[in-house]
Amino acid sequence: MTANSIISVSHLSKSFGEVNALKDISFDVGEGEVFGFIGPDGAGKTTLFRIITTLLLPDEGEVTILGLDCVKGFRELRKNIGYMPGRFSLYMDLTVEENLNFYATVFGTTVRENYDLIADIYAHIEPFRKRPAGKLSGGMKQKLALSCALIHKPALLVLDEPTTGVDAVSRAEFWEMLKKLKKYHITILVSTPYMDEAMRCDKVALIQEGKILSVDQPERITDGFSRRLFSVRSSEKYKLIRALREFPLTDTAYPFGDSVHVTFRDDHYDDTLYRYLTAAGFTDVSIGETRAGIEDRFLELMTPPLQGSNRTL
Amino acid sequence: MKRFLVFVKKEFLHIFRDVRTMIILFLIPGALILLFGFVVNTDLKNATVSFLDLSRDEMTVKLTDKICSSGFFFRGENLDSYQEIDQALRGNKIKAVIIFEKDFSRKLISDGKATVNIITDGSEPNMATMATNYISAIIADFNSELVTNGTTATLLVQPEVRMFYNPSLKSQHMFVPGVITLIMILICALMTSITITREKEFGTMEALLVSPLKPIQIILGKIVPYFILSFVDVIIILLLSRYVFDLPVKGSIILLLAETMLYILMSLSLGILISSVVNTMQQAIFISLVGMMLPAILLSGFIYPIGNMPKIYDWISAIMPPRYFIIIIKNVMIKGTGFSYIWKETLFLVLFTLFAIVLSIRKFNIRLQ
Repeated sequence: MTANSIISVSHLSKSFGEVNALKDISFDVGEGEVFGFIGPDGAGKTTLFRIITTLLLPDEGEVTILGLDCVKGFRELRKNIGYMPGRFSLYMDLTVEENLNFYATVFGTTVRENYDLIADIYAHIEPFRKRPAGKLSGGMKQKLALSCALIHKPALLVLDEPTTGVDAVSRAEFWEMLKKLKKYHITILVSTPYMDEAMRCDKVALIQEGKILSVDQPERITDGFSRRLFSVRSSEKYKLIRALREFPLTDTAYPFGDSVHVTFRDDHYDDTLYRYLTAAGFTDVSIGETRAGIEDRFLELMTPPLQGSNRTL
Repeated sequence: MKRFLVFVKKEFLHIFRDVRTMIILFLIPGALILLFGFVVNTDLKNATVSFLDLSRDEMTVKLTDKICSSGFFFRGENLDSYQEIDQALRGNKIKAVIIFEKDFSRKLISDGKATVNIITDGSEPNMATMATNYISAIIADFNSELVTNGTTATLLVQPEVRMFYNPSLKSQHMFVPGVITLIMILICALMTSITITREKEFGTMEALLVSPLKPIQIILGKIVPYFILSFVDVIIILLLSRYVFDLPVKGSIILLLAETMLYILMSLSLGILISSVVNTMQQAIFISLVGMMLPAILLSGFIYPIGNMPKIYDWISAIMPPRYFIIIIKNVMIKGTGFSYIWKETLFLVLFTLFAIVLSIRKFNIRLQ
């Protein structure tokens, strides 16, 4: 545990009956950091966040937040945490204004007192302040939920998949807003299933089946990718993936945007692949070496190399 | 305190903005009262009554005329023997049969006592009770006429009531107490359990739990609006029954309202208790309806007299609060008795309420699990 860490988790485990949702997790989050948890659905992100927000009790391990134990200090902690659950916790029949006022009063403050904190975010939805929250678009709901979670100026802001189900423009806007919050020294814990959002965090933890695979700055996580990576393109992408996976020298082949990222056994690459693909009937194939993204690293960590066999996803 | 008030305000907003909630709160109670009230009232306008007059003398003719000219009864065919009674009632047109015993006048004058048998169709308990009550009242009136006419001071026509098909029907079927009992359980238990589980389902409970609100503030914040609105409901029902159906409260209004508040509080705490053990609105509705409404209808003595039930149902109903509340409210409203007659039932409700509140606060999860 470092001196200025806001969250310190050590050897945390949690299970629901037979399911081990979290297995021996440890990490630290420093003050003012934007700390991202990246992982697929069911990885344990929500369970972890619920333990940190004192909504669930850990089975094993220590969780210290803002210097308080998450079990014993829950009353004090609840005053200082802003939490935005996966389902936006808004009252759909109350208007934008009423939702915000409600959360402000419940947390013992007023909208006016901390208005500067949410001004940027709230400005987007203020024109609709008399509209019921249920009639807002996904992006606007998200902004309102964030405003509600921020209104009491929490020391720690926990956002559980805030960008799920929100359009791409709103997602980008949302991350811009989080960036602006840095000047208020609010520590932000955020989870997302979108790999591309990882690069916007100060630190990223890759989480899979209740285990943390890696914790680091996003650039360094991608640096951890040790293989030569090739990007293969063709207009017939799905046929291409199948052909690449059947190619005897392929180690992994995963779709990535409009291309396919491929690694080869022993990182050996020559023009056999090109000849193989043209023989298979592809006319517009282009192959080039590329830098690994965080997704490539994540996929590499998720599936430790198996010697001598082609894997399919 | 400010936190609590803003919570209560939020609950009121939920209620006033939801059309379905408003209908359940304000339309259904009124509709039920009017429905029950008019169905019960209109039936006794022209009930057909048949007579089996075994003496056919001056007195029986007088009494027959009196009953038929009352406006409540319509004179049906005259019967000649006991054997015809069953058939007459089975025909469904005749609601009651009145039998004058042999030598009616002679017995009345010589013994000072003569008997009228009233036989009603117990398969329509409402109708049967109403008919016997009205006929008994007319006979009582006839008695007092005999006395004032000075025929003799001790003359007495004794009505003997028998109900066919459901002979031991005892309780008077009074709908206002029943409707109040039912509506309160419906609104209080069902609605509060729904509002809490709705917060759980929509995820807002997560946000409330992470806030500094205490469980007691959340619970009370849910109780207060429904308490106020249910109380308004009771007043509406009482006003309707007074001014539309001429059913005044015989006993103390203060006592009645106090007992009603107690019952509302009891129902609310039951609703909270339900919502603290279930997680979805569907479960809450199911438990409220099957676990609360049905017993309130079937086992409280509202529709089916408890005395007629098999012993086991009697025992089950002994732990059903509606049973006690019906006794209380009938006593105060209809018989006009004071607190000394209903303190036992009141005590039961008080204990039950305390039990439910304490249990629901203890059961209220300060976490998600």
